[in-house]
Amino acid sequence: MKLTIPEEEILSTGHLACQGCGATLAMRYALKALGRDVIIALPACCWTVIDGPFPYSSVGVPLFHTAFETAASVASGIEAGLEIQGKKGVTVLGWAGDGGTMDIGIQALSGAVERGDNFIYVCYDNEAYMNTGIQRSSSTPYGAWTSTTPAKTFKSTPKKNMVEIMVAHKIPYAATASISHPEDFISKMRSAKKIKGPKFLQILSPCPVGWRYPPQMTVKVGKLAVETNVFPLYEVRYGKYRVRKPAKPKPVAEYLELQGRFKHLKATEIIEIQKKVDEEWRTLLKKEEVFS
Amino acid sequence: MRVVITGNHAVSYGAKLARAEVIAAYPITPQTEVVERLSEMVANNVLKAKFIKVESEHSAMAACLGASAVGARAFTATSSQGLVLMHEMLHWASGARLPVVMANINRAMAPPWSVWSDQNDSLSQRDTGWLQFYCEDNQEIFDTTIQAYKICEKVSLPGMVILDAFILSHTSEVVDIPEQDLVDKFLPRYNPKYKLDVEDPHTFGGLVKPDLYYEFRYKIQQAMEEAKEVIKEVDDEFGKAFGRSYGLVERYNCDGADTILIASGSIASTAREAVDILRNEGKDIGLAKIRVFRPFPKEEIRELAKGRKAIGVIDRNISFGNEGIFFSEIKSSLYSEPKRPLIHGFIAGLGGRDVIISDIKDMAKTLISKEPKDINWVGLK
Repeated sequence: MKLTIPEEEILSTGHLACQGCGATLAMRYALKALGRDVIIALPACCWTVIDGPFPYSSVGVPLFHTAFETAASVASGIEAGLEIQGKKGVTVLGWAGDGGTMDIGIQALSGAVERGDNFIYVCYDNEAYMNTGIQRSSSTPYGAWTSTTPAKTFKSTPKKNMVEIMVAHKIPYAATASISHPEDFISKMRSAKKIKGPKFLQILSPCPVGWRYPPQMTVKVGKLAVETNVFPLYEVRYGKYRVRKPAKPKPVAEYLELQGRFKHLKATEIIEIQKKVDEEWRTLLKKEEVFS
Repeated sequence: MRVVITGNHAVSYGAKLARAEVIAAYPITPQTEVVERLSEMVANNVLKAKFIKVESEHSAMAACLGASAVGARAFTATSSQGLVLMHEMLHWASGARLPVVMANINRAMAPPWSVWSDQNDSLSQRDTGWLQFYCEDNQEIFDTTIQAYKICEKVSLPGMVILDAFILSHTSEVVDIPEQDLVDKFLPRYNPKYKLDVEDPHTFGGLVKPDLYYEFRYKIQQAMEEAKEVIKEVDDEFGKAFGRSYGLVERYNCDGADTILIASGSIASTAREAVDILRNEGKDIGLAKIRVFRPFPKEEIRELAKGRKAIGVIDRNISFGNEGIFFSEIKSSLYSEPKRPLIHGFIAGLGGRDVIISDIKDMAKTLISKEPKDINWVGLK
């Protein structure tokens, strides 16, 4: 099967990612979708390291490293600076991890989205602070082990629903995507590029180191997250939902058992997670039914 | 054009005539008037700029950095808690070598809440790599805002124009505002050598290992040293164009004076009056105003101190556990001098307490009659 994604590689080899890094695939596909006329605002995250040490850089487009909580506010400044100088046709891309988006950076992101600033914000979601060594974030799912939620006291609260927070801002475009589904991901990035105003994409980016699975399984883990409805693929365009539906959802256990971060879970807890996933899925379909 | 405006509006007009292109700001008393006026100018299209109404000062500085990194002239203004919230991004601005200019209205830090003047907000940003200019009156505020852009863009470092809360921020004075074309001639467009540009992609601020980080820091220090000369050159050029110049340290009635008081900000104005009175009374005293705190004008201070018997430093600030901050810096500058005057420290006016002529006369008396102390508390209840 031939994929329809662009062949040109903007991200070069020689970057510093771990083997099997989902976040690196995310950048690779995002750049394929957007092309070279992109300026990236990059806060502290895995990508701070992945891009390479001075004087090297692997992204192939201008990149501004910035502080943890400032991806969105720096993106706003870049956009304003370009606009006042009359520079058109450049996509400003905020590129942050889940901690930089949902925890420390949520205020700046909320501010920028409420103001309607014109940029694409990508949260590459690896569900914990992976760069600092797998500490829990508000994106860590229920049940997961992390280095700050030991198995005995695993993460006991649900993953923060960032897309819904963005939708509550009346954002023109919000979507989820996964590195396991590059065509869907690239098509969403291109949709986002065409829309004026703030755009938010949350890209599931499995992390072999933090999720405790062998590096060659990244795409498989991503696929299972989607096929079990743990991480549904959907978009919300001007408030209208469009959900991608798997033919027949696979049991959540298939996704969980591939990953060491869930290995402490008891059968009853897995049943509990399945119930929650089903519930969330039904809610999402209901939203699509009502807002479409 | 001569107008009667507050210190805050002197900042606004300074930013306008400097043609700030991106303004990102968050409200805080007593700064807010600065950006309110700028937002009107942008709304009325008399200033061609983008105004980003951010949700915090931290984001204000972050947005200024993004704008500056693409080659736009960026401006913000803040005060006290807002400045301190920005602290992380202040380091980022100097590390990224971005010549953002900011006005800070000196306001005391809470708790307890205070909206009145002291310098602990800006002085606790001492080591962030920002140039700091302490202004005495509204004309100087306006002029310094314009000068700051030229200086900062030459040395690729950010700069802070600092004025006292209310005493200057909300007090109206006559300010001469020059014609735009004269300012344009003095301050050409910002045109950085490196910027975020899709035609010429570069990465800014990436990881640097110990084998090079040290050199990055050395270069900031070099730029600060260079700034001392650049400040003088720009100030001279400004003087030729507009008839006003200020220097790093201004001497007032210092000729032949055995004793010198050193002040900054609006206290310097009061001290001028006090020195005039004391001179009329036959006292042998002069005043020096420190206008530029970073880079610190060590050479000027050493020159000033030569042959004096005693120096008194007035600090509207305190480094808890030590002494007044200007006092510390001046004392340390003089350490290597073969002959040093006695040096007295005065803490005065914290949280906007008035510092009046009689206070300064008392300080002058202390200089000649008492053993020097690191801290003399002025008017302590």
